[in-house]
Amino acid sequence: MSVTIKCTDIVKRFGDNTVIPGLNLEIKESEFFTLLGPSGCGKTTLLRMVAGFNSIEGGTISFNDKVINQIAPNKRNIGMVFQNYAIFPHMSVIKNVAYGLTTRNVSKAQTERRENHVLDKLTITPLRDRMPEHMSGGQQQRIALARAMVIEPDVLLMDEPLSNLDAKLRLEMREVIRDLQKSVGITTIYVTHDQEEAMAVSDRIAVMKDGVIQQIGTPRSIYHRPMNIFVANFIGSTNIISAVAGGRTVTVDGYRAEIPALASPLPEGTAVKLSVRPEELLLAGPDVPGIKGTVKSSTFLGNMTHYLVMLDAGDEIKIIQESSETDYLSPGDRVNLTINTDKVNVFSEDGAKNLTRGE
Amino acid sequence: MLRRRRQFDQWTVITLGIILVYIVFMIYPVLSLLLASLRDASTGAISLKHFQKFFSKSYYMKAVINSFKVSVSVTLCAVAVATPLAYIISTVRIRGSSWIRVFILISSMSAPFIGSYSWILLLGRNGYITNFFKNYLGIQTPTIYGLPGIVLVLTLALVPLVFSYVCGALKNTDKSLIEAARNLGSGNFKIIMTIVVPLIIPTILAAGILVFMKALSDFGTPSLIGEGFKTVPQLIYNEFLGDVAADNGFAAAISVMVVAFALLAFIIQRAISNHLAFSMSALYPLEPLPAYGIKNVLCHLYVYLYMLIALLPQICIWVTAFRKTKGLTFDEGYSLQSMKTAVSQMSVSIRNTLVFALSAAALIVLIAVLVSYSTVRRPNPLTNSLDVLTMTPYIVPGSILGIAFVSAFSRQPIKLTGTALIIIIVLAVKRMPYTVRSSTAILHNIPESLEEASLNLGASSMKTFARITMPLMKNGIISGAIMSILSIITELSSSIMLYTGRTQTMTIAIYAQIIRGNYGLASALSLILSVFTIALVFLVFKITGNKELSY
Repeated sequence: MSVTIKCTDIVKRFGDNTVIPGLNLEIKESEFFTLLGPSGCGKTTLLRMVAGFNSIEGGTISFNDKVINQIAPNKRNIGMVFQNYAIFPHMSVIKNVAYGLTTRNVSKAQTERRENHVLDKLTITPLRDRMPEHMSGGQQQRIALARAMVIEPDVLLMDEPLSNLDAKLRLEMREVIRDLQKSVGITTIYVTHDQEEAMAVSDRIAVMKDGVIQQIGTPRSIYHRPMNIFVANFIGSTNIISAVAGGRTVTVDGYRAEIPALASPLPEGTAVKLSVRPEELLLAGPDVPGIKGTVKSSTFLGNMTHYLVMLDAGDEIKIIQESSETDYLSPGDRVNLTINTDKVNVFSEDGAKNLTRGE
Repeated sequence: MLRRRRQFDQWTVITLGIILVYIVFMIYPVLSLLLASLRDASTGAISLKHFQKFFSKSYYMKAVINSFKVSVSVTLCAVAVATPLAYIISTVRIRGSSWIRVFILISSMSAPFIGSYSWILLLGRNGYITNFFKNYLGIQTPTIYGLPGIVLVLTLALVPLVFSYVCGALKNTDKSLIEAARNLGSGNFKIIMTIVVPLIIPTILAAGILVFMKALSDFGTPSLIGEGFKTVPQLIYNEFLGDVAADNGFAAAISVMVVAFALLAFIIQRAISNHLAFSMSALYPLEPLPAYGIKNVLCHLYVYLYMLIALLPQICIWVTAFRKTKGLTFDEGYSLQSMKTAVSQMSVSIRNTLVFALSAAALIVLIAVLVSYSTVRRPNPLTNSLDVLTMTPYIVPGSILGIAFVSAFSRQPIKLTGTALIIIIVLAVKRMPYTVRSSTAILHNIPESLEEASLNLGASSMKTFARITMPLMKNGIISGAIMSILSIITELSSSIMLYTGRTQTMTIAIYAQIIRGNYGLASALSLILSVFTIALVFLVFKITGNKELSY
């Protein structure tokens, strides 16, 4: 039932405007694969090409090595959840769910069995005969999922399915989606611009920008070893600090740190950019060697305290520290910063290349 | 909040004031009509005599059946023509479609009886097309007179209305609904039948009932093109103003039955619509996409063919207006003679039309804005009853409203017959429901928090209305006013019951000239009316910034 999806040299143009210049991608069987990127990066465009709603100007998309470019969207056997759910407003919940079955000549007994199963699975059996109007976003989301899954599709596509829900429902629904996908084992392409959501649900993520895939990897590898500064900035929060490298050490404003993860020794005096996540920086007193700065503000959040530090060199740095009852800093305090050198990423000066070893 | 709404303030006074106006100019005339239908004019006693007379002769029943035939056929035809037209224009890229939309809107604004007159010029006994077929091809074209002609003319006149309703519904239909259906395995035909049609059915019903009412109440078209085919509005007109034996009580009785019938149709439509109702709003609206091959050809063919048929009568009138005339017959060649005569002899009716339309529009806007504000922002039993009152003329055909006014205001205490005022009031009352509806829609789109912010900053409720609400509604109000003017300048059925020599309007003048057989002059006047119409439509476009009208 489940398939692999392969995109080879995919090109998408709208008129003279090339949105996707040639993209390659392979999604494994039963994988939960996420296209992640800022709006306008081409992720929804790509998803709609897989669904058959956008034409393909070049390259091929295949399911299990069968090219689907020319197959009409209604013959692709794909389940799709739309951003606004696209629940048919003139049909009851059960009619919505059964719609795909009416086009497939499924026997009556089979239809009933599948309907009941999917309604039960998504806990919407009580809504069965109600009209979708005035239903909450979460309920509509479940109906949309039920409608997409009941046809037993080869592939499940989801276009920002959680973007219209409030924060609490988002967390709840992403668990529902994740569990459903794992229990059915269906190959899934999920589109979102929310990096936290992507990391929570995905087996692998493709980070996209301007129609080009920046990096494909597991949530962990993308977070810890981003391939370039765009990915480092887009996934989680990070500080970019200018530094000068030589061998396996980097120097920032007189503070030298050895970076064991550097792939190869760098020539003396190479300008580099460091990407240091707020939790990878340590605050120390002025007597400990480190990058010199002044506390600008602090925000107490209970377990953690966020600091904003102005470096003497001019950069503004975010730092997250575990809160402690006695040890806190006030605006104006002088501090020295040290870096967790195992976790820091070193990029070429233009930000295009990560110079540290990936896992 | 609640306390504020219960307060007795200026708004209560305004609401009561408008209710009083409607009691005098709506309830009182309708009641007079009802009373007239139940009174034996000779004895003054209450009797069912008029109703008995109606059911005693098949002649009268026949007119009712005819009217029913006309209304049902026109409704079905208009829906059958307009729905595919709207669907094609909303989903397929058609060359010149923005101009086609503009033209459809303009053609919706012309008076149906002018259409019937130009179809007579085209397909009548001595029509351009008839003669062409007879003289060059030796073919006798089918007759345009009677039911087919009425249905043709009214269908063409009312297609634009259904078209704009259906386009509106399609605009609110999210593209992803269609995509979802396709994704779930439906082909084009199944999508249309299971998704598109059910989604626009409530809209089609709403447009259908409007078409039904308009076809039922149209007086001019059957009078001109119906010949022997008599419908109820003519029956009423003849009984009421007839040269032979005018019978006001009898005319009133027929009117009462028609209104009862219209009310029934309206209630049925409401019940069905409420049953089917659901709200839609589109995140990604349907958009016209290029079609290819045979589909593209067929879509273009359908739209252009409709355009040709709809444009023909307009062109015909414009040409006829410039033909040389000799008395009542046409001569060879072209001249400005008819136009000159129209401007010089008919300046009174042109002036009347403009004065009536402007005054009525001012009245309509003033009352509609106040009514919509009080019903939307202060819903209570009082304002709800006001809403119902202003909507009543919706189901009272124009000619009947006209008679009701005559029977109420032709004697003391309020004697208004023969004055310009009575025509202005009847036109305002008749048009009011549409403008109230559009103002209500505008108001629903203005967040109440803006007014609450103003109140919170210390402005009084009147000041808030004048400084915040009115400016926000301004564009909507102005286009509502122009739409009112547009519909009033082409009105015939109420004003023809009330006019005198001094208060003759352009439509009445055109109608009179057609009856007299003075086709050149009638065409010239129609042309002037068309020019006014087009100018006003473009004015609305300019004000609202898009090429759309709301009826």
